[in-house]
Amino acid sequence: MFGNLSHLALQEYWWAIISLLGGILVFMFFVLGGQTLLHRIGKTDTEVKMLVNSLGRKWDITFTTLVTFGGAAFASFPLFYSTSFGGAYWVWIIILFAFILQAVSYEYRSKANNLLGTKTFDIFLFLNGLVGTVFIGTAVATFFTGSLFSVNSMHHSFWQSPYGGLELALNFGRYATYINLSLGLAVFFLSRILASMYFMNNISDDTLFERNRKAILNNTIPFLVFFLFFLINILVINGFNYDPVTMAVNLEPFKYLQNLLAMPVVLILLLLGVVLVLWGIIRGVFFAKKCGKRAIWFTGTGTIITVFSLFLTVGYHHTAFYPSTYDLQSSLTIQNASSSKYTLTAMSYVSLMVPFVIAYIWYVWHAMNKKSITAKEMEEDPHAY
Amino acid sequence: MEHFSLALLDWSRAQFALTAMYHWLFVPLTLGTSFIIAIMETIYVRTGEEIWKKITKFWMTLFAINFAIGVATGIILEFEFGTNWSNYSWFVGDIFGAPLAVEGIMAFFMEATFFAVMFFGWNKVSKGFHLTSTWMVAIGSNISALWILVANSWMQNPVGMHFNPITARNEMANFWAVLFSPTAINKFLHTVSSAYVLSAIFVLGVSAWYLLKNRNVKLAKRSAVVASTFGLISILFTILTGDGSAREAYRVQPMKFDSFEGLYYGAKAAPLITFGVFDRHRPSLENQEPKVFTSKFEVPKLLSLMATLDPNSYIPGIDDYIKGNKAMGIVSYSDRIKMGQTALASLKTYHEALKEKNDSLASTSLKTFQDNYKYMGYGYFKDPYNLIPNVPLIFYSFHVMVGLGFLFVILFVLGLIYSMKDNLHTKRWFLYAALWTIPFAWLASEAGWLVNEMGRQPWVIQDLMPTQAALSNISSTSVMITFFLFGVTFTVLLIAEIRIMLKQIKQLNDGGH
Ligand code: HDD
Ligand code: HEM
Ligand code: HEM
Repeated sequence: MFGNLSHLALQEYWWAIISLLGGILVFMFFVLGGQTLLHRIGKTDTEVKMLVNSLGRKWDITFTTLVTFGGAAFASFPLFYSTSFGGAYWVWIIILFAFILQAVSYEYRSKANNLLGTKTFDIFLFLNGLVGTVFIGTAVATFFTGSLFSVNSMHHSFWQSPYGGLELALNFGRYATYINLSLGLAVFFLSRILASMYFMNNISDDTLFERNRKAILNNTIPFLVFFLFFLINILVINGFNYDPVTMAVNLEPFKYLQNLLAMPVVLILLLLGVVLVLWGIIRGVFFAKKCGKRAIWFTGTGTIITVFSLFLTVGYHHTAFYPSTYDLQSSLTIQNASSSKYTLTAMSYVSLMVPFVIAYIWYVWHAMNKKSITAKEMEEDPHAY
Repeated sequence: MEHFSLALLDWSRAQFALTAMYHWLFVPLTLGTSFIIAIMETIYVRTGEEIWKKITKFWMTLFAINFAIGVATGIILEFEFGTNWSNYSWFVGDIFGAPLAVEGIMAFFMEATFFAVMFFGWNKVSKGFHLTSTWMVAIGSNISALWILVANSWMQNPVGMHFNPITARNEMANFWAVLFSPTAINKFLHTVSSAYVLSAIFVLGVSAWYLLKNRNVKLAKRSAVVASTFGLISILFTILTGDGSAREAYRVQPMKFDSFEGLYYGAKAAPLITFGVFDRHRPSLENQEPKVFTSKFEVPKLLSLMATLDPNSYIPGIDDYIKGNKAMGIVSYSDRIKMGQTALASLKTYHEALKEKNDSLASTSLKTFQDNYKYMGYGYFKDPYNLIPNVPLIFYSFHVMVGLGFLFVILFVLGLIYSMKDNLHTKRWFLYAALWTIPFAWLASEAGWLVNEMGRQPWVIQDLMPTQAALSNISSTSVMITFFLFGVTFTVLLIAEIRIMLKQIKQLNDGGH
């Protein structure tokens, strides 16, 4: 079935999978957003405990999505993996470090004799939430704005900045930095909106419900500001186009806008995604009593579709998805960064398992969520975090 | 690539070794206890006895504490291939990335999803669903081991690929050859069974401690039975597959094999050295017959028998590989280096010819390249003696692992006999021994990896890519800083883990006496 596809079709297929994983990952960031809200929404120990435990049943999936995202990128676009990870060294190390802290914090925070104390582990969770969302969002924005690297004929890549990628977020003399950061911050606030919606869905507690409703409203304003700033900018900036025949890369005005117009399906998806995100927010804030519990389904689906379509915009229609502003011709495209046809074909068969995986996750969550989390359960469960 | 920095190489290796060895402190316990717990819960569901539920829950708590830190250390490893070994990642991404991706899709999601049911589902789902989830976690973690070990085996014995001169990398030609390579099968079976051994020793040792303190006696005795049975089967299997691994190494990594035994000089009817102490100086191969060991104890002919199944066969030593041995069909390392240099040079010419559209030069240089490709990796070296790994370290690690392996057999056999006779609690010397064996399980396990990974040096991919060619183009200072960052963090987390574990073990009270 995949055996008859051309190399290019396989590359497009794998870019779609990466894009979908990206979308799911940002949706799953509700766990990270929640970690930054623990002590803002929870005022008493029991309240915080409910929030932590509610997230604690999901965090591993977020983590695993990130790991799989990395693995899939390695397998399908190895030159991207080697260039970005080996080059933007410090950005990735900081992100990874934040996730190390996350992995132990849930399990250890409330255990006796845990060396560092509950407070420290809660700070770890906060740091992970902040760094994970802002840095990953910022890194993804560089797909549109470019980084400083070169690749030689042996495909060895060289990062052309001594700051190991940190310059992409901290060089305030460059306009692109503001675009990058605006996506990072938009992801951060979105993750908090999603978190509050998730709490409303998962926890039976009226006080927390009301605080979450307010939190959605508070985070929506900065989210919209940063997201619109990012969106408008990428529609008007010069993008990285390549000639499908000669593979030469050139800067093209309004490239991403052109891409959307040339791919109306992607445009419709993008608009649909944004509308769903907003619709969920409106329901969560203004019709909370009636449909607050279900707001997450709208905003969550919207998030997945929006991120998915943004990835498609930057990867399809002969666009360099990992551009270099240092040397245009070193820019990476889904064609020059990919694995061989054989590997992509083999991996495509593996990808058929993805719907199955999503199905059993869904089934298990459904079984587990039948009973919402309550204060009573927290007191009785000896394994509660 | 010619200008790599030695400091960068050393720091990168140190960092990888640090993070991998930390990861391996936790992973084997996860792999084994997940099965032991699943067995215990199965007994609970079948008999309906509350005590088994209690036993299951207790070991599950320890499992969770360990699992968290295993996950924390794992994520670093995956991304380290990109951050620290980026040239490697491109060179082999086509082959090596696939198992990592499959691991994520097939295994990690399974673990992550069912883990939540295992811990929080006791009152939310049915008994059957819960038991299934526990088994899913066990199976999921073992599948994850499968894929990562397939990847590692490919580095020891690269198969199922061809070199694409245009992209200058290896591309996968046969997925099944990669998955079912004999190295991969041996390595997977040996590694997971060794992990079961380690976990069984952990469970047995903790149970022994309860018996020594005369606490939780019922729980301890029952856990000990499960652990001894599971452990005995596993250690026998570990030995069997270890033997298979060694034979496989003889075939595809002869330098590594010689290092196991400190075999500098080839010999007919070679003996197996069961115990040996190296001379202080590494023997220099230029001298005739220098002393390798100051003292040793050997079993005649056993090495020949084990490697080739013929007690009188000739086993080539390190010397034979360096200098070549016509009779055995071994090409000397200096010839390999020459051929490798020719391969690298003609690949370069080929690329230049392609650029200049000089077709005839392109095809002749491609031909020269293909004739010499087999030894391309050797072209990165100048001195054949640089191709010898650290023999004493490998020798000692190997002997520690194997020696302990045989001691573990005795441990489990006694554990089982005493449990059957129900006089385990009276054999205090045995209980102390079982308790004190716990750290040695980890020692054997880490030693195994040292043998495996140090024995491959100086190659990152055997015969194809030297470790130094795999590096990222980053500063050694950056790597040094991250080395300490991870070193300190993991050490703090390890201490926290051990303290939490000890507390959990100490505070358990099963309501008996
Ligand atoms: C509890 C741990 C443990 C024990 C008791 C043993 N091993 Fe082991 N061994 C491992 C844990 C291990 C390991 C950590 O799982 C390694 C490292 C890499 C690998 O493939 O498995 C390993 C590697 C390893 C290798 C290197 C494979 C290679 O480099 O390709 C050989 C030849 C053996 N083992 C042989 C043995 C033999 C003959 C044993 C007999 C008692 C033995 N091991 C016991
Ligand atoms: C978790 C168990 C493992 C342990 C304890 C371990 C241990 C080590 C050690 C000690 C080194 C340093 C060797 C040296 O530089 O002399 C090393 C290097 C390395 N190992 Fe492993 N290893 C493990 C698993 C793996 C696996 C499964 C893979 C591949 C999938 C792998 C790939 C590598 C690589 C790429 C290096 C760096 C390059 C090199 O030094 O050869 N390791 N490992
Ligand atoms: C013998 C070698 C290895 C085995 C058997 C192994 C096995 C495991 C297991 C069982 C887990 C999950 C549970 C736990 O950590 O306690 C895990 C986690 C992880 N391992 Fe390893 N691993 C090995 C080496 C490696 C290497 C070399 C890498 C890097 C490529 C790696 C990457 C990971 C990652 C990313 C995780 C966390 C993912 C998650 O559970 O969400 N592992 N590993």
